[in-house]
Amino acid sequence: MSRRHPRRPPAGRWRWAVLVAGGGLAAQLGGCGRTSPSPLDPHGPGAERVAGLWWLLFWISAVVFVVVSLLVAAALVRRRGDRDTLVRRGGGELLIVVGGVVVPAIVLTAVYVVGLRDLRALTVPRGTDLTVEVIGHDWWWEVRYPREGIVSANEIHVPVGRPVRLVLTSKDVIHSFWVPQLTVKTDLIPGHTNTTWIQASSPGAYRGQCAEYCGLQHAKMAILVVAEPPDAWAGWLAAERRPAAAATDPTAARGRLALERNSCAACHTVRGTAATGTVGPDLTHFGGRRTIGAGALPNTRGNLGGWIVNSQTVKPGNKMPPQPLTPEELQDLLAYLESLN
Amino acid sequence: MTADARAVTAPTAEEVAAEVPAGRPTGWWGMVMFITTEATLFAALVASYFYLRFQSTPEWPLGGIKAPELSLPLVMSAILLSSSGPMVLADRGIRAGHVGRLRLGLAATFVLGATFLGLQGYEYTIKLKEFTPTTNVYGSLFFAITGFHGMHVMVGLLLILFVQVRAWLGHFGRGRHLHVQTTAMYWHFVDAVWVVIMLSLYIGPHL
Amino acid sequence: MTTVAERTQRLAESWEEAPGLASWFKTVDHKKIGRRYIWTASVFFAAAGFEALALRTQLARPDQTLIGPGAYNQLFTMHGTTMIFLFATPMLFGFGNYFVPLMLGARDMAFPRLNAFGYWVFLFAGLLMNASFLFGQAPNGGWFNYVPLTGPEYTPEVNIGFYTVGLLFLGISTTAGAINFIVTTFKLRAPGMSLNRIPLFVWAVLATAFAVVFALPALNADNAMLLLDRKFGFHFFDPAAGGDPVLWQHLFWLFGHPDVYIIVLPALGIVSAIVPVFSRRPMVGYFWLVLANVATAVISFGVWVHHMFAVGLPQLSMSFFSAASLLITIPGGIQIFAWVATMLRGRVVLATPMLFVVGFLISFVAGGLTGVMFGVVPFDQQITDSYFVVAHFHYVLFGGAVFPILAAVYYWMPKITGRLLDERLGKLSFWLIFGGFNLLFFPMHVSGLLGMPRRVYTFLPGLGWEGWNLASSIGAYVVAAGFLATLGNLLWSLRRGRPAGDDPWGGDSLEWATSSPPPPYNFAAVPVVHSAYPLWEDRFRERLDTAQGSPGRQLAGDHEVLRTSELDAEPERAIEMPEETVVPLVVALGFLVAFGGLLAGWYLVAALGVPVVLAGLAAWAWPRREEVAR
Repeated sequence: MSRRHPRRPPAGRWRWAVLVAGGGLAAQLGGCGRTSPSPLDPHGPGAERVAGLWWLLFWISAVVFVVVSLLVAAALVRRRGDRDTLVRRGGGELLIVVGGVVVPAIVLTAVYVVGLRDLRALTVPRGTDLTVEVIGHDWWWEVRYPREGIVSANEIHVPVGRPVRLVLTSKDVIHSFWVPQLTVKTDLIPGHTNTTWIQASSPGAYRGQCAEYCGLQHAKMAILVVAEPPDAWAGWLAAERRPAAAATDPTAARGRLALERNSCAACHTVRGTAATGTVGPDLTHFGGRRTIGAGALPNTRGNLGGWIVNSQTVKPGNKMPPQPLTPEELQDLLAYLESLN
Repeated sequence: MTADARAVTAPTAEEVAAEVPAGRPTGWWGMVMFITTEATLFAALVASYFYLRFQSTPEWPLGGIKAPELSLPLVMSAILLSSSGPMVLADRGIRAGHVGRLRLGLAATFVLGATFLGLQGYEYTIKLKEFTPTTNVYGSLFFAITGFHGMHVMVGLLLILFVQVRAWLGHFGRGRHLHVQTTAMYWHFVDAVWVVIMLSLYIGPHL
Repeated sequence: MTTVAERTQRLAESWEEAPGLASWFKTVDHKKIGRRYIWTASVFFAAAGFEALALRTQLARPDQTLIGPGAYNQLFTMHGTTMIFLFATPMLFGFGNYFVPLMLGARDMAFPRLNAFGYWVFLFAGLLMNASFLFGQAPNGGWFNYVPLTGPEYTPEVNIGFYTVGLLFLGISTTAGAINFIVTTFKLRAPGMSLNRIPLFVWAVLATAFAVVFALPALNADNAMLLLDRKFGFHFFDPAAGGDPVLWQHLFWLFGHPDVYIIVLPALGIVSAIVPVFSRRPMVGYFWLVLANVATAVISFGVWVHHMFAVGLPQLSMSFFSAASLLITIPGGIQIFAWVATMLRGRVVLATPMLFVVGFLISFVAGGLTGVMFGVVPFDQQITDSYFVVAHFHYVLFGGAVFPILAAVYYWMPKITGRLLDERLGKLSFWLIFGGFNLLFFPMHVSGLLGMPRRVYTFLPGLGWEGWNLASSIGAYVVAAGFLATLGNLLWSLRRGRPAGDDPWGGDSLEWATSSPPPPYNFAAVPVVHSAYPLWEDRFRERLDTAQGSPGRQLAGDHEVLRTSELDAEPERAIEMPEETVVPLVVALGFLVAFGGLLAGWYLVAALGVPVVLAGLAAWAWPRREEVAR
């Protein structure tokens, strides 16, 4: 092998790339959190803790990575050689002991202690008196406020600044509740009841998605946590408790009849009507919900029409079959559903 | 050069017989490793039994099933565990060159092992009147674990039969008995697993 | 008095297998079987790679409908399952098969017929599992196949049957291979190769084999229980009848975590084989590396719950497993620093094998660092099941296994084929793969930190995930191009590569003392070693050549290997090795009939496989005529 001028070592080039990427990444994550349901854009004490933990782990890892890369680069730059001579001196084990045992033992112990502290901090706070049950289904979220007597789906409304206990289980397969901006994820397992808690520190709508593969439409099982100032939330609570709004408008009244007579009633409940099915989400206050199909579509009249006629085009494999309604029936039904606030 | 000068020719049978044990054969290690995987498999099943049991306390067995009665299983245990005796006789016997002891020991082990299986079949007919594997998880665990062990006993019986046939054909003698040894090891392993099953599944619920 | 030439001739005749098609089905030669493992695993790698390309193409843009959810779920399941079970371990077992006997100075593995059997079962199980695509019913429960989704109620179709039966079948091969490696390493080492002189690659394979022996039964128990639940109405995982879905997870990860070390440890062993040679010096910290291999294998059994931190287990138990998960970093770090110390105190030769080792070092360290993050419970609970974990495990698996495998290809293929690969094409391939790999997987750290969950067939626009996904998808194609370059290199070298000679790299271990490719009998004389680096001992080659003429270094029979003691490798006796035979194939076919019938629900057919297996095993165990006559 000829002794050419040694090229820039590959590790060195990549070191720069990593630093640039790291810097860019930090900038991205800081700014991009606005639209992304990101753990690094925390809006609650649980997520804030973990975000802090992340940055600690990130910087430790960055330092270690740079040090190791520098050592590798040094090995490549110095003493590039040919195959004929063997190097026979001994020693060199100090690096192994220091780098492989001593330093990691110290750093990892520190990291472990910090992790334990943060784990304890994630315990449900004493005196949490608001409880919401979340029951996982393929592919939607049943939401119940047992003490307040509310049944809903795919949205959880909470008052800002108050901890809310979540009691989680599943009716079918394993799902996982993950609203990254508020807190860590917890699984919903049939036959088990898991407890976690959320607390929003500012008003907003925080998006989450099922985080345990649960079959065909795992990708489209989103949940929204809507945090409101305490008064607004109290207002929401009062409204949710009431049965479905009476249909004053004739179109909406026809729509209610359509709902009761067609197969809607077999799967859905609208409290105060003859629809008492429990296979699908409760629709009593569907008009006020922001999405259809657990986040599959925004809740607009056009989208809703499309969903009812054939939801399989939007969320193929979901449990709602296409509904053969006449155009008039559909318009009436849409008017009724829109009125359910 | 001393290591190089060591003669490494294949010894004759007489030389082997006269030698102090010349190390463990590869087949011996193979059987040890095989037994290790099977033992780990039983460990996983028994661990699953305890995991599910302690999730269901205090009611165990589930669903009103009675805790297993012990008289028949104790008889079965006595029969199976004593079958290791003639197996030892067979193994030691052929090591000293006594083909007769080999054949007799194998036959006795086979009879005892087959009796065990027969009694287990009888036990199943009684149990199946009360519950099946599909009744609840207790039924699933009971039949799966004891059934799996029964399959291992069956394999052991087949091995004994195979070795017995070869014994009658004169394949074994002093210094030529590896397959007897490995069969014996397997058989003792199957007995040991039964002890664990007896303690966990039969005696455990009574404690 | 036979001359050296006559004796070599007789050895060749005795060990050579007859040419022709029949021999292809009867071979028991570890070199042929090793090559087959490598080629077959490569085909499965390509299949899983195409599956990945399909996934990445679908995810290149939000809301795409190129691939629907049903097909997508099968593709991502098979991508993971194929890569882990049908590529990684078989590929590494293939290199192990070829090189462990050579490195030990032996003529074959301890159980040549078991070796052949293991290959056939691997081939049949892999074909069986992939045959599911022909029916459009490939496994679709994810590579870890959680219940109840994969139980009888939610996936009654045969998709999951292909998974459970396929893996139960495949497990026989993996176990057989592991037992073979253990016994070969214990009993067939060259005289003088005491424990502290065993090559580090062999130590790695040995630690791996023990991990297989203890880990695989947990998976087998799990799959057996699921099979019983699905097909026979049992209730192991059914909460309504006292069962528990979480039991599946415990047993699965009891296997699954050691499995990732089963994949990585032999790859790290390859790195330990290459680093001294390309640093032109013995390894710094041989003892530390052996300790690290064994410690990793042992501790790997104590960390499995870190895959279950979101399940709702008690904090106390999670704390224990967190500690163990952080602890396992230490043997990993020991290995890294041993290699780095060797490189620093040697003279690095940056040929293609070493280039892939450098790529491995960078990527594996990065993946290991994110792995440490996952050992911290609250962080794991936030970020598991997102794309961040997908990034992590690809950095450790691709970085930690695929790069060393590529290094092994460039390092050892010349010994296998007798021809060198092209250096420039090799370097091009490296840069394409390394660059493409980082473009493919680095952005996944970001999309995970932006809240994107894993195993999703599509995603909505407006969540900030688009750009990162597009970058990953481009990276996938760059990686594919890199692999094509290596494939091209291999094909080219088979025809036009420069002859490698015995020892193109100036190697240290015994495989370099034979021709390239080695003769069927590997070594004409019994090698005797006095160090962990035999080829670097003074005048080793001359002494070995001289030994060909010395009766004391010959085995009396032509078709024999030398059995030595476990600790000090002192000669015990010569043992006769089996000739080529079709029995292992017959037994494997019997198992195929049994498992295939079980899968299809044709229990009568399945039962027919049993007597075939039993008869085959009887023939296998039947002594040769000469043995009986004695």
